[in-house]
Amino acid sequence: MSSQASRSLLELSALYGTSGEKPQSPSVEALRRLRKNRTAVAGLFIIVLFLLMALFAPYLAPHNPLEQSLYAKLKPPVWQPGGSWAHVLGTDDFGRDLLSRLIYGARISMVVGVVSVSIALFFGTLAGSVAGFYGGLLDNAIMRFMDLLLAFPSILLAIVIVAFLGPSLQNAMIAIGVVSIPRYARLVRGSVLEEYAKDYVQAARALGASDGRLIFLHILPNCLAPLIVQTTLGFASAILEAAALSFLGLGAQPPTPEWGAMLANGRALILRAWWAVTFPGLMILFSVLGFNLMGDGLRDALDPRLRE
Amino acid sequence: MGSVESRQKLVVLKNVKKHYPVTGGLLRRQVGLVKAVDGVSLDIHKGETVGLVGESGCGKSTLGRVILQLEKPTAGSILFSGMDIIALNRAQLRPLRRRMQIIFQDPYASLNPRQTVGRIIGEGLVIHKVGTPAERQERVRHLMEVVGLRPEQINRYPHEFSGGQRQRIGIARALALQPELIVCDEPVSALDVSIQAQVINLLMDLQEQFGLTYLFVSHDLSVVRHISDRVAVMYLGRLVESAAKKTLYEDPLHPYTQALLEAVPFPDPDRKKARKGLTGDLPSPLRPPEGCHFHPRCPKAMDMCRHLVPSLEPYGEGRFVRCFLYHDKAENGS
Repeated sequence: MSSQASRSLLELSALYGTSGEKPQSPSVEALRRLRKNRTAVAGLFIIVLFLLMALFAPYLAPHNPLEQSLYAKLKPPVWQPGGSWAHVLGTDDFGRDLLSRLIYGARISMVVGVVSVSIALFFGTLAGSVAGFYGGLLDNAIMRFMDLLLAFPSILLAIVIVAFLGPSLQNAMIAIGVVSIPRYARLVRGSVLEEYAKDYVQAARALGASDGRLIFLHILPNCLAPLIVQTTLGFASAILEAAALSFLGLGAQPPTPEWGAMLANGRALILRAWWAVTFPGLMILFSVLGFNLMGDGLRDALDPRLRE
Repeated sequence: MGSVESRQKLVVLKNVKKHYPVTGGLLRRQVGLVKAVDGVSLDIHKGETVGLVGESGCGKSTLGRVILQLEKPTAGSILFSGMDIIALNRAQLRPLRRRMQIIFQDPYASLNPRQTVGRIIGEGLVIHKVGTPAERQERVRHLMEVVGLRPEQINRYPHEFSGGQRQRIGIARALALQPELIVCDEPVSALDVSIQAQVINLLMDLQEQFGLTYLFVSHDLSVVRHISDRVAVMYLGRLVESAAKKTLYEDPLHPYTQALLEAVPFPDPDRKKARKGLTGDLPSPLRPPEGCHFHPRCPKAMDMCRHLVPSLEPYGEGRFVRCFLYHDKAENGS
């Protein structure tokens, strides 16, 4: 859904974005409001920075992130006594270049975000729209199962799933995706119920529209706003949860340059090499902050109560 | 009224009921039943306009939606040009959808905000696979002209239009498939008075042009008087009176109809008249009064009204009334 949404946003902005006299679709309006929202723009800026970092990691990183060097163990950052320009942010206890590892870490976090959010979004939207549209027993069965998933703290449930599947980054992404399905399912179900009752859906029914037509052409496009917000915020929590699982040794395995795993590794060195924990921590902080700012800004831009 | 009687019946409602269960508590047990429509029988003849009036919450809109099968009735039968449409499944109902359409009250909620006007009006044509895309486009433009919109606005979105224009879009959508029956569910209640007249006149022009049959649901008695041939009055899910417009407005029989008509403001400052009007509120449809539903508010209530339900009895030509004042026959219980 998210790719479809962004595609339609792009298409529409390409078609109408430049001229003020052309018909203004709600999506274009929202885009325009988004541009004026400073929080969202700041968030977007941070996100784009991390995305570029992830995309061009091989060109940006000065060293191979996995290359060890016993001669350059625990080198401090360049501005500290003993630091050098060879390792701008210093090295870890295996002599690996911290800056390079952080840059490659952006790749992993972005992939984690995309994969786990896609899982949650797809199954959550499916479950939520089926539950909301058909109601009755099906609705009850689906939503009680979602309640069951929600009853556990999400990180605990993710740990259980990873423990069951075996610790690896791939399984961590699946686990994070699965535990956030209920959030999307609830959101979509609520919006579907709200939209279904509206007269334009009833008008389409009176014209003889099929269920698929009602759901995909009428109801879901009008449920997009809260979904886009939730998706953006979902990226933030996915990155955070992946880092947490990796920190616990259940996600990315060494020597993968994953921020959470680097944090776990640096924890033992905190008194000798503060940089080995601080920089991965800051990366997590800023990436999560970026998505949260963007999500909040989107919420403001897309909130129907703030329109007109 | 003989001419109306001899005309073909397009819709025949027989004892139509729509009950909504009210559930509550932990186990979602049924704790009550709202009888939104409780045994309505009504004929709608081809080419006429039947006004359906009543207070908010009396079930008049629900009745309109039940006729279109947007809600499945709990009991009763609905014949549409002789066919019982309640027994039909969705696939069987589909061809009939072309023949009956609806216009909604709220011009803001009744149009999909993410579709252009062209797509909204043309949706029925797409669903029923009428013509090629180019032909459909041409038809949509034509429809826009018919309802008084500018065809060059075909690619605009609903939020760029005013309330009255949006209602015209809704009317064009209903007309697209050339239906015979259009249920107008309070089509002008949400509009400014100046716009109301325009839309009403448009509806009347269209009726003449296309030979449409209207069920006109409204709480506005002056509007109903302007557009209807016959009027049916509803109270708490039941019809209390139905008659030709002229008869009903000039000589209302049921005390409820009388009270409603007295409540209509009359633009004449010299006319001084003791307004009786209605006292009290519409009782909760969850717990309607026993006997005649109207008895707690009725100035002419008798003892029997408290326990017995009057039936809808014929009274003169083409006229029905549900009140003991006009017949002695009574059915027991509720």
